[in-house]
Amino acid sequence: MNPNVIAVEAQALADRAQALALHARAMADTVAPVAAAAEPFLLLLTIFLLACFVGYHVVWSVTPALHSPLMGVTNAISSVIVVGAILAAGLAESGVARFFGFLGVMLASVNIFGGFLVTRRMLAMFQGKKKG
Amino acid sequence: MTTLTTLAYLVASVLFILALRGLSHPETSRRGNLYGMIGMAIAIVATLLRPGMDLGGIALIIAGLVIGGGIGAYVAGRIQMTALPQLVAAFHSLVGMAAVFVAAAAFYSPESFGIGVRGDIKGASLVEMSLGLAIGAITFSGSVIAFLKLDGRMSGAPILFKGQHMLNAGLGVLLLVLVIAFVATGSDFLFWMIALLSFALGFLLITPIGGADMPVVVSMLNSYSGWAAAGIGFTIGNLLLIVTGALVGASGAILSYIMCKGMNRSIINVLLGGFGADAGGAAAAGGAAADRAPVKAGSPEDAAYIMKNAQKIIVVPGYGMAVAQAQQVVREMADLLKKEGADVSYAIHPVAGRMPGHMNVLLAEANVPYDEVHELEEINPEFADADVAYVIGANDVTNPAAKTDKSSAIYGMPILDVERAKTVFFVKRGMASGYAGVENELFFRPNTMMLFGDAKKVTQEIVQALQR
Repeated sequence: MNPNVIAVEAQALADRAQALALHARAMADTVAPVAAAAEPFLLLLTIFLLACFVGYHVVWSVTPALHSPLMGVTNAISSVIVVGAILAAGLAESGVARFFGFLGVMLASVNIFGGFLVTRRMLAMFQGKKKG
Repeated sequence: MTTLTTLAYLVASVLFILALRGLSHPETSRRGNLYGMIGMAIAIVATLLRPGMDLGGIALIIAGLVIGGGIGAYVAGRIQMTALPQLVAAFHSLVGMAAVFVAAAAFYSPESFGIGVRGDIKGASLVEMSLGLAIGAITFSGSVIAFLKLDGRMSGAPILFKGQHMLNAGLGVLLLVLVIAFVATGSDFLFWMIALLSFALGFLLITPIGGADMPVVVSMLNSYSGWAAAGIGFTIGNLLLIVTGALVGASGAILSYIMCKGMNRSIINVLLGGFGADAGGAAAAGGAAADRAPVKAGSPEDAAYIMKNAQKIIVVPGYGMAVAQAQQVVREMADLLKKEGADVSYAIHPVAGRMPGHMNVLLAEANVPYDEVHELEEINPEFADADVAYVIGANDVTNPAAKTDKSSAIYGMPILDVERAKTVFFVKRGMASGYAGVENELFFRPNTMMLFGDAKKVTQEIVQALQR
């Protein structure tokens, strides 16, 4: 075979390889930000799902007699949303966001105090009332 | 987020889990509640100590905490235990509204949460934000309706109109379209349209549901408030909110499931609403059927005489007892009977009352020892050796038609087997059907004696007769 022909073919092959590599690079570059964005979300989703399982098992072990206090407690702890409201009220640049944050803090606080205290009242009634 | 804050949030999450764990037994429950309070305090303090908080902001936050906390503490201290369901519904609405406010704050100031800049928020964050916003808004308006119904400010009867379900389905689709458009454009107008539409949807979803289905509704809204918190947690990338939201969401979902099972109905069936609305007329018309055995009515004195000679008495309380505020006098009656040497216990149906576990709280408030109070599976075998079943303010949950009559609206619902007791006393105002609109055939049994009148008054008269 003619060495010239081989050289030309080798050159063509090398060019194609380079084009492919560039193409792959370009594709990787487009995917990378998506993957980077997806990763924290997947982490949060993992935690969320695991917490659902924990909640599922813990709540089934709650005695039916205490289902009302369970609602009281879950209601109180769901007002942990106050964390988001605090961040808005304390960090936001915009006055509107701060105002919304303030309203959020106020509403959630009604729940935090109301929820825990009413649960405490309920549980006090159950306390120490065994037979005899 | 600094490492220290994250650590504090982790501790708070664990404390919240322990708070729920404590409720597995009355003895450990108060400690559980305390864990919850500590967890919340840690979460709030850790957030306040985040770098970048300015003094004005902290003052604003403390003002919010003091005003809200003051109102909450005041209400929690004064509320009557019979009004517990409406209080819980009102509290759920506040969580929902707080979620809406936080979503709005995140929308107007995304920089504070690191999810982009105003007008250019990350697409994924917009999806999460619209979810938190929509669920929060539905929780808010749905809970407001539940509150109004439970508080008697709005008729507890299911409100139905033609094409209701089509309208709801249509609005649901529209909501989805709005969310997609919002994610694509990030427009202010669409943000508020999602909020408005979700408010309307929450309102429309709960109005058709009748009073006695409220245990399911309250549980479901409890669940929603959790999912709303989790949605906001995803939006602002906060682990504590996600974990807590998941716990609360799971808890509410389980309670809804237990309540539905207690009625042998699917959650879809409950949500479509209108239960008992159309059956009511038919049952009332058929109520005077001539081939029935006559109903035997007795006086409180008769009841007192029979109970005095009974060895084993099971009290079956229902929502009617709560309405008549008769729990205290029921306990007095039980005390007198115990003095006579009788064994008194209480049987609670899963859906008795207007929220899960409502009857247990009312009995506990009346100083009934919790180990005398039993759940359905526990106590059902005991009715066979009971001399007396004292049914006060309950109806559908004792109807044997649930076991035998396939055509009955309540067929398949687990019931308390009061019919097996030697004598059944039914304290009732009149012969009206229960919520399901089904006539209770127990009224016509030879071993049943009706005690017509107000639950509290009748029981009081029995107490007086027992004291004689």
